Amino acid sequence: MGTVVSFDLRDEVASTVLTDAVEWLHWVDRTFSTYRSESQISRLDRGELTAADCDADVRSVLALGSALAKASHGYFTVRPAGRLDPSGVVKGWAIERASDILRAGGSANHAVNGGGDIQLAGEAAPGQPWRVGIAHPHQPGELVTVVSGRDIAVATSGTAERGDHIVNPVTGRPATELASITLVGRDLTTVDAYATAAAAMGNAAREWVLELDGIAAFAVPAAGAPWWSADWAAVGSVPVAA
Amino acid sequence: MRRAALALVATVVGLVLLLGFKTHSATSTASPPAAVSAPTGSGSSRSGSTSSPSGTGSGQSGGTAGQSGTAAGIKVTGSSVGTQYGPVQVQVTVANKKITAVTVLRYPTSTGRDQQINSYAVPVLKSETLSAQNANIDMVSGATYTSLGYIKSLQSALDQAGL
Repeated sequence: MGTVVSFDLRDEVASTVLTDAVEWLHWVDRTFSTYRSESQISRLDRGELTAADCDADVRSVLALGSALAKASHGYFTVRPAGRLDPSGVVKGWAIERASDILRAGGSANHAVNGGGDIQLAGEAAPGQPWRVGIAHPHQPGELVTVVSGRDIAVATSGTAERGDHIVNPVTGRPATELASITLVGRDLTTVDAYATAAAAMGNAAREWVLELDGIAAFAVPAAGAPWWSADWAAVGSVPVAA
Repeated sequence: MRRAALALVATVVGLVLLLGFKTHSATSTASPPAAVSAPTGSGSSRSGSTSSPSGTGSGQSGGTAGQSGTAAGIKVTGSSVGTQYGPVQVQVTVANKKITAVTVLRYPTSTGRDQQINSYAVPVLKSETLSAQNANIDMVSGATYTSLGYIKSLQSALDQAGL
């Protein structure tokens, strides 16, 4: 999947718990990576496997991808470049499941961060919510807002400095309207995929996020002032001079 | 203090992830073996990181890694990490279990595009790593992306520093 995942565990737990979560991520990488020619996803794409031959988790992810595509009116897709590539749902799903593994192992308070897409469990310290800074896409080193909460998921998507890496699957053209959009919700699987869809949508995402239950949004357009959903103030700070 | 130190490493690693890859960089074909690193020592808080880089021509190269001490702190140099754009090497200065400076010793500059990207990315890496320790922030989420080499070299430096 080409990403780095870090863990921050705030409770004392057996070291095997962390090992289990790391092994899970390596299994996901072997199974779902489009960069590995022997992965189930690569073999499925080449027609060497059918969905029925694949692991049950592969079928669940593909079903999730279809549901997300529908909910996002086609702006999320598991075929972003024509070929089967469910990375956009696998990443959030794998991180959320890693968090579940940690929680089942007795870690009630932790963060799992995959390339800036974060599943947070419990709180940072007793009585103290987690705080996640959102990088300002136009001002290196600055934060544009700070998200705060317990048991939340945070994902940011947008255009990258090495070219426009999100394509609008509806038009086939690079998505450039939003420099970045951050979504906050409960579970990273949907939050991350929706953030990708919202970035592809551009400013139209402002209307779309109203359809999403329990998901707050904060966006920085490539040009113009930031905007945020009405429920953003419940999860994050609002710029003083917006 | 062990707990604080380990939590700090996690925060730093989390911030460095600001520069992590997003999905859908569709041009790569090869995938080198995944690497796992975990902090040394035991404590009441644990952190670790796992990376599975994508991209052609990437992988660890030996480089000159090591430590040297001064009154201002210990300088720890991470491994030189090969990326598809060229080698990346990070050095951190550690004093009292805190990172006081980050220096990017090597980064890709062979093309104008590389220079343009890194003139942006390198300051982000440095300022985010350092400001993590001043702001009351546990993690950072962002939409930027650049070579995994920064992260791998920095992690290597952090491992050597015992952070």
